[in-house]
Amino acid sequence: MEFTNSFVLEALSREFPESVISSSEPFGMLTLEIKKEDLKKVIHHMKDSSLNYVFLTDICGIHHPELPEKELGVIYHLHNLVDNHRIRLKTFMPRENAEVDSLTDLYAGANWMERETFDFFGIKFKGHPDLRIILNDPELGYHPMLKEYRLEDGTRTDKDDKMFGR
Amino acid sequence: MKDNALSNILNQYEAKEQIDGQLYTLNFGPTHPATHGIFQNILTMDGEKILHSEQTVGYIHRAFEKISERRNFTQITTLTDRMNYCSSPINNLGWHMTVEKLLGVEVPKRVDYMRVIMMELARIADHLVCNSVIGVDTGALTGFTWTFQDREKIYDMYEQVCGARLTTNMGRIGGFERDFTPKFYELLRAFLKDFPTRFKDFCNILERNRIFMDRTIGAGAISAERALNYSFAGPNLRATGVDYDVRVATPYSSYEDFDFIIPVGTAGDTYDRFMVRQTEVWESLKIIQQALDNLPEGPFHADVPEFYLPEKADVYTKMEALIYHFKIVMGETEVPKGEVYHAVEGGNGELGFYLVSDGGRSPYRLHFRRPCFIYYQAFPEMITGSVISDAVVTLSSLNVIAGELDA
Repeated sequence: MEFTNSFVLEALSREFPESVISSSEPFGMLTLEIKKEDLKKVIHHMKDSSLNYVFLTDICGIHHPELPEKELGVIYHLHNLVDNHRIRLKTFMPRENAEVDSLTDLYAGANWMERETFDFFGIKFKGHPDLRIILNDPELGYHPMLKEYRLEDGTRTDKDDKMFGR
Repeated sequence: MKDNALSNILNQYEAKEQIDGQLYTLNFGPTHPATHGIFQNILTMDGEKILHSEQTVGYIHRAFEKISERRNFTQITTLTDRMNYCSSPINNLGWHMTVEKLLGVEVPKRVDYMRVIMMELARIADHLVCNSVIGVDTGALTGFTWTFQDREKIYDMYEQVCGARLTTNMGRIGGFERDFTPKFYELLRAFLKDFPTRFKDFCNILERNRIFMDRTIGAGAISAERALNYSFAGPNLRATGVDYDVRVATPYSSYEDFDFIIPVGTAGDTYDRFMVRQTEVWESLKIIQQALDNLPEGPFHADVPEFYLPEKADVYTKMEALIYHFKIVMGETEVPKGEVYHAVEGGNGELGFYLVSDGGRSPYRLHFRRPCFIYYQAFPEMITGSVISDAVVTLSSLNVIAGELDA
């Protein structure tokens, strides 16, 4: 059986018919939206079954202020090194009590990636051994990658960007 | 602040009554000459043995991901320079390739080959720094002074291509800002002729040097399984025996045209990491030679008027060129919606760019997969139980670059 996007999608939808919410293939990479509660179960299966996604490439967060039900998201990139297949998983949650299961007991490398996501977006990871702010000042008091924090000080009057609408 | 692991260790010690106030804390960093960058290791030591270590990072966090949400695509290149500044062309060109993938731009074959030459030169520069610094940390300063002369020659070549040496801002979306100059070819040919003998000298003073081998073999070893679990990539993963290289797994920029091998180690210790990098320098030279021999003729940039600045003469004489020039400089070009992940083999491992575009003028979200950030969390596991001098060589052989770690 060739290890293609459709094969992986079929295998996962067969195993977890309730968990896979939607799928797409932007630029050839299979992208699945997974129900938040089932995320760890699905990834655990993907790592330990014959799907063999042993390599966690990346974890990052995203913020969509205009979608209240899916305001915060966590995006995982996994890689099956044997069959050389990459996959992207996404999960979304509302702003209040944003929390997903931590992957630290599956992938040791998830530790700092999750700390970074917590630092930037305030998404909590249930079961993380040491969830502290990592890159920013520990006394910063907010999560700066959220869209409501503008890059420049909003009180500055000497810069007017109205002309070019940026 | 003592965490659980540390208090467990302390409890064990107190129960066995092996110590009476002999444990001490050592601040290794943030500005220590042997950390080669700004990060702090708080080591709990028993004599010279490391019992526990805790890392503090973020000293030079510059919020690149946040900044790039307000910048247009051409301005982000200068941010990528400042991540792994030992091999900035790889970061620059990797970023251009990411944007090209999103735009669906097909670049000419010549650009691919030119990029390969620059990226492999950058890889040689990166590995030379890392390996000679391992030598410095084991007390062999001579090799360092030799390799830095060769790195200087590579920087001279950067200067011919883009005008800068360290933070290069090399290339443009679509290709290069100018073709390789005759002087560049001259420098490159001279480098390909002289460098192998000079590098052979460097190999001779370290590779089979008894003192160097005693210091590095077995120091900071990690198994292949743990390294994969820690999401290692690049030379540090290959030193453990896993032959994962982005250039081969998912070829970009015509890497499939070249004939080279992926060196792997077996033990995953400092010596293997050193040897993998040494061998990669030879492989990079092979790739450069092949790319130079087969460099196709043709344009040095793709036809992407929305992102590639027009000729200055055209700006003064042609309306269309003037419009594009203005739009590029003011960052007024919209990009299509979409999300793309593009990975290149950086000096240290898989350097990934995850770009989400909402159809605006700057990225909606840009995330850098920075290999150094991911390696460094394995550092405590690699040094616990060893002595401080092993920790020093382990740190330099991981080649953790603070700029990339903190981004």
